[in-house]
Amino acid sequence: MLDLIWLLPTFPLLGFLSLVLTSGRLPKPIVAAIGAGSVGLSFALAAMIAMTFLGSGEDYYIVETFTWMSVGSFTPGFSFYLDGLSLVMMLVITGVGFLIHVYATGYMDEDPGYSRFFSYMNLFVAAMLMLVLGDNLVLLYLGWEGVGLCSYLLIGFWYTKPENGYAARKAFVVTRVGDTSMAIGLFLLFAHFGTLNIQDLMHAAEIEWATGTNLPAIAALLLLGGAVGKSAQLPLQTWLPDAMAGPTPISALIHAATMVTAGVYLIARTHVLFELAPDVQILVAWIGLITLLMAGFTAMTQTDIKRILAFSTVSQIGYMFLGLGVGAWSASIFHLMTHAFFKALLFLGSGSVILAMHHEQDIFKMGALRKVLPISFASFMIGSLALTAFPFTSGFFSKDEILLAAIELEGVGFWLWLGGVVGAFFTGIYTFRLMFVVFFGENRGHHCEGEYGGWNMSVPLMILMVLSLVGGFIHIPVEAVFSHGEAHEEHHASLLIEGIMIAVPLIGIGIAYLFYGSKTLSVENLMASSLAKNLHKFWNSGWGMDWLYDRLFVFPFMWLARINAKDIVDQFYGLVVEINRAAHQMIVRSQTGYLRWYALSVATGLVLIITLGVLL
Amino acid sequence: MILVILIALLFAGGVLAWMSERVNPNLPRSIALATVLLDLLIMLTLLGSGDSGQWIASLEASWIPRFGISFYLAVDGLSLLLILLTAFLGIIAIGSAWDEITERAGFFYFNLLWTLAGVVGVFTALDLFLFFFFWEVMLIPMYFIIAIWGHENKNYAAMKFFIFTQVTGMLMLVSILVLAYFHYVQAGVFSFNYHDLLNVSFTSRVEMWVMLGFFIAFATKLPSVPIHSWLPDAHSQAPTAGSVILAGILLKTGAYGLIRFAVPLFPAASMEFAPIAMTLAAISILYCAKVAFAQHDIKRLIAYTSVSHMGFVTLGVYAWNEQALQGAVMTMLAHGLSAAALFMLAGGLQHRIHTRSMPDMGGFWAKVPRMAIVALFFSVAALGMPGLGNFIGEFLALLGAFQANIWLTVVSAFGLIFASVYSLWVIQKVFQGEYNSSKFDDSHLSDLSRREMLYFGAMMIGLVWMGMYPQSFLDLSAGTLSGLLSATADAAVAVAEVAQ
Amino acid sequence: METIPIEHGLILAGILFALGLIGVLTRRNIVFVLMSLEIMLNASGLAFIVAAARWGHAEGQVMFLIILTLAAAEVAVGLGLIIQMFRKYQTVDINVLSEMKG
Repeated sequence: MLDLIWLLPTFPLLGFLSLVLTSGRLPKPIVAAIGAGSVGLSFALAAMIAMTFLGSGEDYYIVETFTWMSVGSFTPGFSFYLDGLSLVMMLVITGVGFLIHVYATGYMDEDPGYSRFFSYMNLFVAAMLMLVLGDNLVLLYLGWEGVGLCSYLLIGFWYTKPENGYAARKAFVVTRVGDTSMAIGLFLLFAHFGTLNIQDLMHAAEIEWATGTNLPAIAALLLLGGAVGKSAQLPLQTWLPDAMAGPTPISALIHAATMVTAGVYLIARTHVLFELAPDVQILVAWIGLITLLMAGFTAMTQTDIKRILAFSTVSQIGYMFLGLGVGAWSASIFHLMTHAFFKALLFLGSGSVILAMHHEQDIFKMGALRKVLPISFASFMIGSLALTAFPFTSGFFSKDEILLAAIELEGVGFWLWLGGVVGAFFTGIYTFRLMFVVFFGENRGHHCEGEYGGWNMSVPLMILMVLSLVGGFIHIPVEAVFSHGEAHEEHHASLLIEGIMIAVPLIGIGIAYLFYGSKTLSVENLMASSLAKNLHKFWNSGWGMDWLYDRLFVFPFMWLARINAKDIVDQFYGLVVEINRAAHQMIVRSQTGYLRWYALSVATGLVLIITLGVLL
Repeated sequence: MILVILIALLFAGGVLAWMSERVNPNLPRSIALATVLLDLLIMLTLLGSGDSGQWIASLEASWIPRFGISFYLAVDGLSLLLILLTAFLGIIAIGSAWDEITERAGFFYFNLLWTLAGVVGVFTALDLFLFFFFWEVMLIPMYFIIAIWGHENKNYAAMKFFIFTQVTGMLMLVSILVLAYFHYVQAGVFSFNYHDLLNVSFTSRVEMWVMLGFFIAFATKLPSVPIHSWLPDAHSQAPTAGSVILAGILLKTGAYGLIRFAVPLFPAASMEFAPIAMTLAAISILYCAKVAFAQHDIKRLIAYTSVSHMGFVTLGVYAWNEQALQGAVMTMLAHGLSAAALFMLAGGLQHRIHTRSMPDMGGFWAKVPRMAIVALFFSVAALGMPGLGNFIGEFLALLGAFQANIWLTVVSAFGLIFASVYSLWVIQKVFQGEYNSSKFDDSHLSDLSRREMLYFGAMMIGLVWMGMYPQSFLDLSAGTLSGLLSATADAAVAVAEVAQ
Repeated sequence: METIPIEHGLILAGILFALGLIGVLTRRNIVFVLMSLEIMLNASGLAFIVAAARWGHAEGQVMFLIILTLAAAEVAVGLGLIIQMFRKYQTVDINVLSEMKG
């Protein structure tokens, strides 16, 4: 059974190939069957593999297929490595992926690019599975770049609008910056250990590198560069909000549930390296904390339903990074999983809302939708509760674990915890601001007939609702993966701390209610001062990061490109040509065509030669 | 003997194609296609008939014995890979010219086949005089192809191409003569034989100068900054088939020359020179990627990206270790296919809408979806997507280069970012956005024909093969490269000692 | 016998040669150019004679004879060309006849 693991990415890959080769000539039901069915097959197989693996009691299982390339000591292969971590990832990817595929068969129903859409989706799932199952970093890199490509293709799916193309390119180029850093990290690791097999690397690093030295720090930093790019963390977070230009199932699958968490997976996978570099590890925590706070502020000021969710995603991944940084590896992976459930639910819910509202995304043009769109309302309600870590929803358990791990860290631990709690407060505010504005209050005049789509859209939502509610009780089998690295097995938190962590999000919800639900407090009053307006503008622009990067990188690059479009080097050769031309025009003048001129030059030449001969 | 047949067949086929034009203007292309196909088949018989690292086939005949010049051809794994690429892209080039070249078709295919013959000669010659002879043979027909069948500014471009390659070729000739002279002084007889010349010893200063003669000639062909500027003009003016041959094969002769001649003949000087060469490579990668982004002419853009990608080859060659060299060779092969395909797409677009100006294009995805997908595939290949050939080449080159020079590798790696910037820019400009036909004549804008899909499909399969199972290519060149590495190992050690 | 010093002869030859050269350079009429050319040839012939007389060798005279025949041939051909040119262009002005310009 376990040896069939290579079939996991193969099914969606075959789906991709068959859809691409037929290039839109297949009827829609068949496209849907291939698109969703291939991922479904993968999920079924993944579930069977998971049961076999858990039943076998092994810590890991390696399936080797063939050697990719063999150059000297560099011999990466298409080998799959299955352990608790990749097991969780593979189930999330195929499971949530399958649900989103099914949902998309309804969501994309009227789109002319139906087949193209599913071909990209299938390619994405294949690449993502490669990423999490590869046993060496080159194979991981293959998946890593592959998901980046699919993300690019799907963000720019509606290609006729230039701004979608811009968002797609931005996403690809910004993540490529991180990818390049990661590639350099790969070169460094190979130069030192002569292998890129992850497990071998980790063992070798543990033996050869001392904790706290420079080399593991540099290697960890370079990998971290890749992780922050993919996972939209500071300083490479700017692409994710723009990535919402893609169809909503894409936002759910790629930009919430799976791809953006690849960075978390990478760090968890190479956690040994990060433990050897404690400075970098704590940097991961700080990056996560700062990102989650910044994104929280920004999410409170956004008006586009998908952008709010996008910033919330950035913020939630910030929690995962925070967890990674304090050594709570399994808590982070746990949060990754629950986040996949409830964020997919929220995005798919927002997709239903957007479709029902005829592609209107501004929340202030919606209102009182709870009665018109009951299923969307239910999914949003459950998703929001899980997102704000309402007690006993899935998000509650995972976020709890991360924050408890943070506070147990000596030194900066308290501050990290405090920041995380403040972040949870913001989460409460922005999530329920969205809830109250969209689903309560009065109807703001936009016409809406009711739920769009059939069972293929509602069933995935219901399954995700259940998962978001009870996902917190799932036990993820990752102890063996992090066995030696896990700092905290059991958390013994005081009641006070538990109480604060439960109360703070609720206070946030309360504030959101006062402003947007009961209208007891007025936003207009709050926004009256110019300071508040400027702050609002600043947060709304994502802390001016786009503005800064435009001026730091984009504009100088464009300027350099523009002034040197003609290639200064070529101008030099042009100069050579000009000098030559000038020189031969001067000499050409001596060819007058007058006989006597030639005779004179002959005579003069003769005299000169004789004189020279006499003199010398 | 089989090697002579390979080359003679192309020469003869060229003459025959030229003469057949009088019979029927459609005959030359069929004859050309048949000739190259036959050539490819003969080459395929060489596959697997010998162990890698050995000479699979060789032929040595006296030519001008007085000066020790012989007609010495030989093929090993590396040469075989490259002549296979030559024949493959030769077929593709004939395919791309099939409908495009209608005027003086006979003479066109004559030039095309003679260029190919010259290239096959360059890849197989082991006598340096003969090598130089073929070096010139491939140059002159190429000049005619650009000058006669080129676009609006063809004379300028053809002349520039000719002068750049000719002047630097002369430098190489001087170096070859000096090399032969030194052999005469040391051994008492003249010889241009590669194996004899490998044993010539120099003082380090002389070696550096002689090596530079070779390096400049090969770096021009590659091309490398600062002698790259003939390429954008040549490419933008050449007919599609000319661009395919230029980008796909001719550039690779420069890289081949570096691997086969410049470094092994002068190992010590090359090792000493390596940091400079790698710096030039890094500059090529970044600088040309940036200039490429600024181009409006789609063919010029692709030409600059070629320079950028060939920078990885230079980087790999001068890092001079197994991964880096394999990376350089893989980049040569993969870039040969991807650049050729991109030029064919650009040529196809120009053929259809009579402009190469990207600001005028846009929204073609809806109009020509097959072409868009093909363009997307090759752009993505060019930006180094894992799973396709270019990634293997560039990754291996950088992986090897990192062991030789960390900083230059890090700087070069930024080329990966720039590559994504310009590649996606092309897709955005040409295929995405709103369709607007006011700026060009779209009456002939049709999607790729079945025949065109055949060529592109073949190249796609090639790139996927290289990306997913590169071993079949790596194995062929592995023996050659490790032989070269061990032959130069002593010199490398000596240089390292001097450096310390 | 009182002999003329060789210098006198050579100076005379030099003066004649210079006169001929000036004629070639300044005259526009091609007939005069041809005549000036003859003067130059004769000047060199004179130099040969003088030198031959000085050293008592016969080669100088032989050379002069050769020059004489050469000059005759040259005049014959040259005049023939001039007549042809005059027929064709109706002028003997060499400036007008100049066609080669760089």
